[in-house]
Amino acid sequence: MIPGFTPPPVALWVLLPALIVLGTGGLVLVLDLLPPRESKAHLGGVALAGILVALGAALALWLRGGDGRAFRDMVLLDGYALFFDLLICYAAALVVMLSMDYLSRTGGESGEYYALLLFSTAGMMLMASAGDLIVVFLSLELMSLSLYVLAGLFKTRLSSGEASMKYFLLGAFATAFLLYGIALVYGATGSTNLDRIAAASRGGDPLLLVGLGLLLVGFGFKISSVPFHMWAPDVYEGAPTTITALIATGSKAAAFAALIRVLVVGLRGAQPDWSALLWGLAALTMTVGNVVALAQSNLKRMLAYSSIAHVGYMLMGLVAGGTAGAGAVLFYLLAYTFTTVGAFGAIGLCARAGEEAVETGDYAGLARRHPVLAATLALFLLSLIGIPPLAGFVAKFYLFGSAVRAGYLWLTVIAVLNSAVAAYYYLRVIVYMYMREPEGDGVAVASSLAGGLALTIALVGIVLLGVMPAPFADLAQAAVAPLLR
Amino acid sequence: MIGLLTTVTFVPAVGALLVALVPRRRGTAHRAAGLAVALLALAASLPLWARFDADTPDFQFEETYRWMPSLGVSFHVGIDGISLLLVLLTTLLTPIALASAWHAIEDRAKEFVITMLLLETGMLGVFVSLDLFLFFVFWEAMLIPMYLIIGVWGGGQRVYAAVKFVLYTMLGSALMLVAILALYHQHGAATGTYTFDLPTLARWVLPPGLGQNLMFLAFALAFAIKVPLFPFHTWLPDAHVEAPTAGSVILAGVLLKMGTYGFLRFCLPLFPDATLRFAPVVLALAVVGIVYGAWVSTVQPDLKKLVAYSSVSHLGFVMLGIFALNQQGLVGGVIQMINHGLSTGALFLMVGMIYERRHTRLIAEFGGLWKVVPAFSVLFLVVVLSSLGLPGLNGFVGEFLVLVGAFQVNPWVAALATTGIIFAAVYLLWMYQRVVFGEVTQEANRRLADLSPREWALLVPIVALIVWIGVYPAAFTGKTEATIAALLAQVESKASVALAR
Repeated sequence: MIPGFTPPPVALWVLLPALIVLGTGGLVLVLDLLPPRESKAHLGGVALAGILVALGAALALWLRGGDGRAFRDMVLLDGYALFFDLLICYAAALVVMLSMDYLSRTGGESGEYYALLLFSTAGMMLMASAGDLIVVFLSLELMSLSLYVLAGLFKTRLSSGEASMKYFLLGAFATAFLLYGIALVYGATGSTNLDRIAAASRGGDPLLLVGLGLLLVGFGFKISSVPFHMWAPDVYEGAPTTITALIATGSKAAAFAALIRVLVVGLRGAQPDWSALLWGLAALTMTVGNVVALAQSNLKRMLAYSSIAHVGYMLMGLVAGGTAGAGAVLFYLLAYTFTTVGAFGAIGLCARAGEEAVETGDYAGLARRHPVLAATLALFLLSLIGIPPLAGFVAKFYLFGSAVRAGYLWLTVIAVLNSAVAAYYYLRVIVYMYMREPEGDGVAVASSLAGGLALTIALVGIVLLGVMPAPFADLAQAAVAPLLR
Repeated sequence: MIGLLTTVTFVPAVGALLVALVPRRRGTAHRAAGLAVALLALAASLPLWARFDADTPDFQFEETYRWMPSLGVSFHVGIDGISLLLVLLTTLLTPIALASAWHAIEDRAKEFVITMLLLETGMLGVFVSLDLFLFFVFWEAMLIPMYLIIGVWGGGQRVYAAVKFVLYTMLGSALMLVAILALYHQHGAATGTYTFDLPTLARWVLPPGLGQNLMFLAFALAFAIKVPLFPFHTWLPDAHVEAPTAGSVILAGVLLKMGTYGFLRFCLPLFPDATLRFAPVVLALAVVGIVYGAWVSTVQPDLKKLVAYSSVSHLGFVMLGIFALNQQGLVGGVIQMINHGLSTGALFLMVGMIYERRHTRLIAEFGGLWKVVPAFSVLFLVVVLSSLGLPGLNGFVGEFLVLVGAFQVNPWVAALATTGIIFAAVYLLWMYQRVVFGEVTQEANRRLADLSPREWALLVPIVALIVWIGVYPAAFTGKTEATIAALLAQVESKASVALAR
């Protein structure tokens, strides 16, 4: 025992959901070494079970209603963190279910896939509970490093390697910005703890403002907002479709979770500054995302640009601020996660001539051969457009409503015009599926029980969120309430 | 307990789900089931007519259910003298449209039936909603079925027409959404109750000024595109020409009415000052549409295009009546909405019938049909005469009332609009003459079959209504007069400037 040193109180239960996921990751690594060697499908089952247990733990903690802090306020457990734990576990569970058959079909089956997936999921969950910039950074790295490897899962495919490399290089670059930002904020306030930063920050401090700008660059990369979005299309295209789904939903949700907490709690003193910055970023992001998406013929790239546009909408909620704005962002993330996992999942089931079917033209005539899958994909796309009574519509409604309430009328006008433009490229896929005949071999759809189940869950989710949004929206509002106290 | 109005609205949607469960192999079972569902919805809607109390302007058959209390959204439906007629028009035209496609649409008939039924629920929802959020949900949701009907079962340029239709409508409604939100927050900030409930919002007096004008314009743009008011009509000829017959019937019969209905239900009571301010502009555009639509119709070589452009002209009359802002004009506008739904719906049906026989719609390909298909020719004549406003048939009633109303506002506007009636006679009678009279010029026309029993069954109800409204319009105007009077009184009491009567 070192004299004068008292170890900090350890309250591991605060980390329980993330620890379960992390532990399952370790378990998967060990099981990977044991027979059977040929098939790794059972590891998917183990991973799924681990995520579900974590989901249950998060739910139990939520019902218990306990707020907790651990490691000298570095890790926080509150409604906000639990909301994201549920959201991320949910996304990860769907991705695992989609992966089970996808991996064996595409020859990417390996034990480390599930282990890395779980590690990155744990990183995402930690990001939502981070009460300190150092934890933000660590969990971000845990998430990102795993995703860099996963993006390059198809070792023999050039585009997969390119995606991994690009993601890694640009990601490392962006993390450096983030770290520099953290350093400057520390320099300005003398702390990395969010609460203490809030207490120590003075308005108009140039050091803090530069730090804020650098933080926004780092987060802007992770949420892929313009002009830090360059990596997204290439990575989305090259990565395995299931991982694309995880990057588009889980990692984006986690980055938003950390961003919202850092801005709303830590930098609340500088709100006028970041609000103005985000106004521009939001308008730019949604416009560039939508306009470039119009020109895409590759479905995965198209969804990548569309996801950029959706980030633009979500930034609006942050601009609007308050419980309404932040709550709307959380609800939007929920709706967006359900929808996007579903859309990528449906695409992952389709193959043409032995390759993944990713060109819009591949989907010609899908409705005639596979009416159920076509209808499912169409519903996900309609939800992305924001057609009622699906989740995407209500999410947009809440978001735009919060912006109008806060007086950002012009930003809302830009957003609604953008969503009308966006209808064009989503509808183009529906045009191909329903109104064109296939040339040559049509799309082959893999039958996958787990994948089908995942799509069904996602579909039920978007209809439920669209028809009965009130309880979920109230939940999202309740989750952000403690941040704004 | 679910009330009558909700039942009528959702019978088609529930029916669509049931039809989806019928296996694909069962030949015509889907069509029969779809028709049965649509007829059931019609039967369910008839008590609305019988039990409607025409003496009160209040909403009737009202139902309210909690939906999103924290947001002030409720499932609030109800009908008055305006929406009653449109609901019945919808439930009448949908089974007719479905039956018209019995042979015309063999490909993916199951999907077609499901889409049509979902569309019916969307249209009914628009007409019965008394909550702005609910209204917007139906307004947007009904776009997609119509898009599919045009795009999947349409003609050669169907994809272009379908996408154009959706993008036009979406751009229009996007700004309306902002206006809805702005109204909601302004009302909430002023009164402390945040609600999307239409009657509550309509009772509140929105201060006149830029805000009200902008909100009016945002709503008006969405509705003007739907009507379509000149110069927002360019999507309409494409959509009509490419849509299958059943789609055209619904599009002309019901969908266009959503625009005019929107003006009546939302723009007038919510933004009375802006309505008065912009009424001259709308009147001018309506007259331009009346004359322009008539002129363009005259030179169309294609029957369907001719009918499509005639819709621009006829809907101009409806807009003229509404923005005359007096009792005769508004009642005429409402009746003209119904008339146009019946007459133009029937015209599209009959154009579809000869298209099924000859696979062409070019006027030049016909001639002398009177000798070949006399029954068709007689019914066609009735419908054409109704469309051009012959006294004794329905079109006359509506146009006459509209012109009486318009004359009180501005005689010149009424005079110009009257030329639209004259041109209507020109293009419709000239078309009828070229198609039906004269010698049979084309060999292929000699062996055309006359109306089948199914086709008789489609047309007889419409023709009966055409004559009924023409001979005894009070049965229909009577349902709507109290509502219109109350609406005008509301506009007058809320507006800061006096209403020109």
